[in-house]
Amino acid sequence: MASLAATVPSQRKWRNPSALPGFGLSFGFTLFYLTAIVLIPLAALVIRPLEIGWSGFAEILTDARVLHSLELSFGGALVAALINSVFGLIVAWVLVRYRFPGKRIVDAVVDLPFALPTAVAGIALSALYAPRGWLGAPLMEYGIRIAYTPFGVIVALTFIGLPFVVRTLQPVMLELGKDSEEAAATLGASRFQTLRRVVFPALTPALLTGTAMAFARAVGEYGSVIFIAGNLPGISEIAPLLIIIKLNENNYAAAAAIGVIMLAASFVLLLGLNLLQTWTASRR
Amino acid sequence: MTRPLAPTKDHPLVRWTLTAVALGFIGLFLVLPLVVVFHDALGDGLTAALAAIREPDAIAAIQLTLTAAAIAVPLNAIFGIAASWAIAKFDFAGKGFLVTLIDLPFSVSPVVSGLIYVLVFGLQGWLGPWLAEHDVKIIFALPGIVLATVFVTFPFVARELIPLMTDQGRDEEEAAVSLGASGWATFRRVTLPNIKWGLLYGVLLCNARAMGEFGAVSVVSGHIRGLTDTMPLHIEALYNDYQYSAAFAVASLLALLALVTLVLKSLLEWHFAEEISAAHHH
Repeated sequence: MASLAATVPSQRKWRNPSALPGFGLSFGFTLFYLTAIVLIPLAALVIRPLEIGWSGFAEILTDARVLHSLELSFGGALVAALINSVFGLIVAWVLVRYRFPGKRIVDAVVDLPFALPTAVAGIALSALYAPRGWLGAPLMEYGIRIAYTPFGVIVALTFIGLPFVVRTLQPVMLELGKDSEEAAATLGASRFQTLRRVVFPALTPALLTGTAMAFARAVGEYGSVIFIAGNLPGISEIAPLLIIIKLNENNYAAAAAIGVIMLAASFVLLLGLNLLQTWTASRR
Repeated sequence: MTRPLAPTKDHPLVRWTLTAVALGFIGLFLVLPLVVVFHDALGDGLTAALAAIREPDAIAAIQLTLTAAAIAVPLNAIFGIAASWAIAKFDFAGKGFLVTLIDLPFSVSPVVSGLIYVLVFGLQGWLGPWLAEHDVKIIFALPGIVLATVFVTFPFVARELIPLMTDQGRDEEEAAVSLGASGWATFRRVTLPNIKWGLLYGVLLCNARAMGEFGAVSVVSGHIRGLTDTMPLHIEALYNDYQYSAAFAVASLLALLALVTLVLKSLLEWHFAEEISAAHHH
């Protein structure tokens, strides 16, 4: 009887009745913890720029150094996300469709950027791509400089973004199965046509979601970037680093203004991702 | 006569090319940086590497990192269990919004995650003057480091448990309660055995991030060597002092932690796929 009562939807009440205990305690603690740890501190950031007004806010953000750092963080994240969308698609396809020795290990290694602390990744990438590093030295012979340039920023952001694309695509590829491909082939489609007209469209929502997640992560990334970037103001200085610089100068207003822009971007991306995921779910 | 290719198979040439590209990309972008960490850690020899790890400031950094994680991870585990119990076992309005809010810290830049606590507890922050008056230090001290760590690892356990407990439904708990079990006994004897591997999985990822967090902690730490430098911050300090081998020696400890995390995570995925979150079935 109790379980029946729990499944009858109620029109008026905010919460449906349930036979289980502990809602008040668990929900209350959840709300309290969320408010104390996340919501109030975030509110402190959102409110801060109000103290300096619109003109003060605009003045900070139109500063050439601030503008450039935002451009680099967003632009670099976009390029890295696009690189990851291509290679992430290939990696996911190879891991789902092909068999080769050591596949399970390769699959586990994809998560390395999630597990490796960003500062460790940062100094490792910096050592690799420095002018005398394992990759930096041969690239220098072709006149390509990665470390201490915007390219270094892109390399670091590519490193941290790959697993988002692969891990979003893998379950969709598995679920896709081969039925629709067989059907297309039976109807006379070539392999290329099948991939382009059947497989790729089915993967598009997941590919977009994974790419957007990689982008969102890369925009705010700090640890893996600052060592390889060289942090030259106006050239390879990212927005999160500029927040720290402003804080060290005791310029809270400027730090908060840049922080609010980054937070707003996070909100927009989160909203976009939720819409994308709804779309993905409806396509299945 | 050669057999025609199966219609769902890629041409061998395509297969080999794509596999080579995928493995090359992973090798170049993911594996090589890891190899460099261990190689450069031994740049001045094993003795020097061990000395760099045993040096007092390094020990202090290791202790601080372990302390911060030992506080932050259990807090977020308890929160994750409470949140998933409320969300998975009950129906209420605004559930989707609540889940989005719980996920929010994942999309916030680490530096912004630290900044918000400076704006609340820092000298120019909301509570700064009051805290200074009462001689309570939060920013540039352990509490601030713990808060920043809690924030960046906030969703880890919750986002593992919410889908898992939603999938598992409420029938077993309802049966236990209708047979007279108390709420606590129901949780401990029915729910907990069902979610233990998922919980462990979440705690594992939460811990890896907690010990490795850099950006958020960097903002609130104040960088006092031997006092408020965590392991990642100590690595940065050594690196900026041109003590590369020492920096990589300490970094190799965190790289080992990452490897152990990956191995345990993979083992959980392979052996308990059905008992951890539905998102991880490979």
